Amino acid sequence: MLTDVRALIGCYLRIALAGFHRYATYRQATVAGAATNIVFGLIRVGILAAVYTAQGGGSVGGYDLTTTVTYVWLGQGLLSIVEFWGGTELTNRIRTGAVVVDLSRPWNPQAALLAEDTGRAGFAALARLVPPVLFGMVVFPFRWPDNPWVPVLFLVSALLAMVVSFGARFLLSLTAFWLLDSRGVLGVYQVVSSTLAGLEIPLGYFPGWARTALWFTPFPAMLQSPIDVFVQHGSAVALLVHQVVWAVLLLSLGQLLLRSAVRKVVVQGG
Amino acid sequence: MIEATELSRSFRVTRKSGRRLRRIREEVVAVRSVSFTVEAGEAVGYIGPNGAGKSTTIKMLTGILVPTSGRVRVCGLDPSRQRIDLARRIGVVFGQRSQLWWDLPLAESFQLLRHIYRTPPSDHAERLEECTELLGLKGFLTTPVRQLSLGQRMRGEVTAALLHAPELLVLDEPTIGLDLESKQRLREFLAELNTRRRTTLVLTTHALDDIERLCRRMLVIDRGRVLADGPLERLRVEVGLERTLVVDLERPTAPLRGLAGVVEVRTETDGRRQRLSFQADRTTAAALITAVARQAPIHDVSVVEPEIDDVVRRLYARGPTTAEHPGRFDAPNDVLRAP
Ligand SMILES: Nc1ncnc2c1ncn2[C@@H]1O[C@H](COP(=O)(O)OP(=O)(O)O)[C@@H](O)[C@H]1O
Ligand SMILES: [Mg+2]
Repeated sequence: MLTDVRALIGCYLRIALAGFHRYATYRQATVAGAATNIVFGLIRVGILAAVYTAQGGGSVGGYDLTTTVTYVWLGQGLLSIVEFWGGTELTNRIRTGAVVVDLSRPWNPQAALLAEDTGRAGFAALARLVPPVLFGMVVFPFRWPDNPWVPVLFLVSALLAMVVSFGARFLLSLTAFWLLDSRGVLGVYQVVSSTLAGLEIPLGYFPGWARTALWFTPFPAMLQSPIDVFVQHGSAVALLVHQVVWAVLLLSLGQLLLRSAVRKVVVQGG
Repeated sequence: MIEATELSRSFRVTRKSGRRLRRIREEVVAVRSVSFTVEAGEAVGYIGPNGAGKSTTIKMLTGILVPTSGRVRVCGLDPSRQRIDLARRIGVVFGQRSQLWWDLPLAESFQLLRHIYRTPPSDHAERLEECTELLGLKGFLTTPVRQLSLGQRMRGEVTAALLHAPELLVLDEPTIGLDLESKQRLREFLAELNTRRRTTLVLTTHALDDIERLCRRMLVIDRGRVLADGPLERLRVEVGLERTLVVDLERPTAPLRGLAGVVEVRTETDGRRQRLSFQADRTTAAALITAVARQAPIHDVSVVEPEIDDVVRRLYARGPTTAEHPGRFDAPNDVLRAP
């Protein structure tokens, strides 16, 4: 029993490591990506700073200027951990029929993909989160947490954000079993999700009713939550609980949908 | 090892049709009422033209697809219900898909598979060493998979499927796209695996020569139905599977009749090109070439293998005497309108 559990953990841990390694092989893309994140961070800081100047200082949506700037840099860093815009691999594998390989292994396909995505996110944390945040810290005023637990909670929240995002993308990717091609669905999702998660502007800037409505969606849990945990905006416990609930919900739905996909639907190609 | 009883699978597809492009729902029957058993240690070729239903059968055997009806047991398990347990006991190679990690070195894929299949490290090492040696993997173990040639990759795929010492190895079109030498090497390896290790083999193909060298038994499938099941020799007798030697002669020559083993001679361009159909169990291409050379100077030769389409055509033509479901053979097509 115990050796079984150990083997099980060993298996998914290995897959996660392979995910890390896979993405680590693309060095140039990583450097280019981190640089792009910083450039877009500069643009966003410029725009949001103009909002504050126009308003004559103070706070907008519950954030002062320093917190907003910090928000931008954390967001730019988290972006590639959460990966709103990538993650079309599973859809493509379903569309081309390569998914038969995933279904022929002695593993839970969802768990295996999650493990791999966690490895990828681990690499992204080192190579893509650190540079923009470091840049922001050094060059701009930065909202430092006031106790040492905050960064730890931030990392936990970032991991949950990644899991929630994975759960949503996994569900959408599975629609390829029925639609044959879910790139359209994913395309719409990619545009909508990052905005609703608070990437372009903090959700605090949204009207009150929209903010309330958004808490009934998983989107804030994908980006806004870890940032809010870091800048200590709102209750960290409430934010984390919201994330956990969505992570569990989306993963379970994914598991159910996968089961019925395999049962009822087709796997393409010879 | 495998028991399939009246196994069927159909797909519901929607198709645009007619002037107004209405969407029609149809049911495509990919596999219909297929029954066969495979004993431990057998090597079975599952052969049929494209779209015959080979891959669909394989997917049902491996638990990836749930049958629409019928019963299947592999290693005593119900594939779709006990997919994970079964996956540990069988190896699967999909010729057109890769089970290796594209961006990682080959050796790393093998290590990952050890953890996924939870193979004891010593067993894994032993198997890997054996495959490395027999399949000549040494030169590219550290190469990322995306940089391998198709032949190298396929050797890697087969190794990947064997590292957990499966009782049954299922290969779906393993030789597709491979050059002659790679094909030969793979066949020899598989033959050895079957005789030495007693690993049961089931492989699908649309090329007869794959079966010829490897499988003592073949199942011919077309339009989802098994048309023949038995040893290759018997099938050869039943449908006359001849190879054809095409000889280009230096000058026009009268038809080369009376050569041992030759059952048909066709001539082209005034007898400058002659097609000699011969029975592979009565003579060899080499012997025939020698015999021809004695009669006329040869410019060029080539050997044409029988095509599966010919076999299938002859099996249909053979008529209902030996067919399992006489009268149902000439079903108009495999597309039935859904109610
Ligand atoms: N996922 C699918 N959806 C619809 N039709 C399918 C699907 N998979 C296979 N088919 C159909 O089933 C038949 C058999 O396909 P397949 O088993 O792939 O043949 P083979 O492997 O012998 O070439 C073909 O007519 C094919 O078009
Ligand atoms: Mg096929």
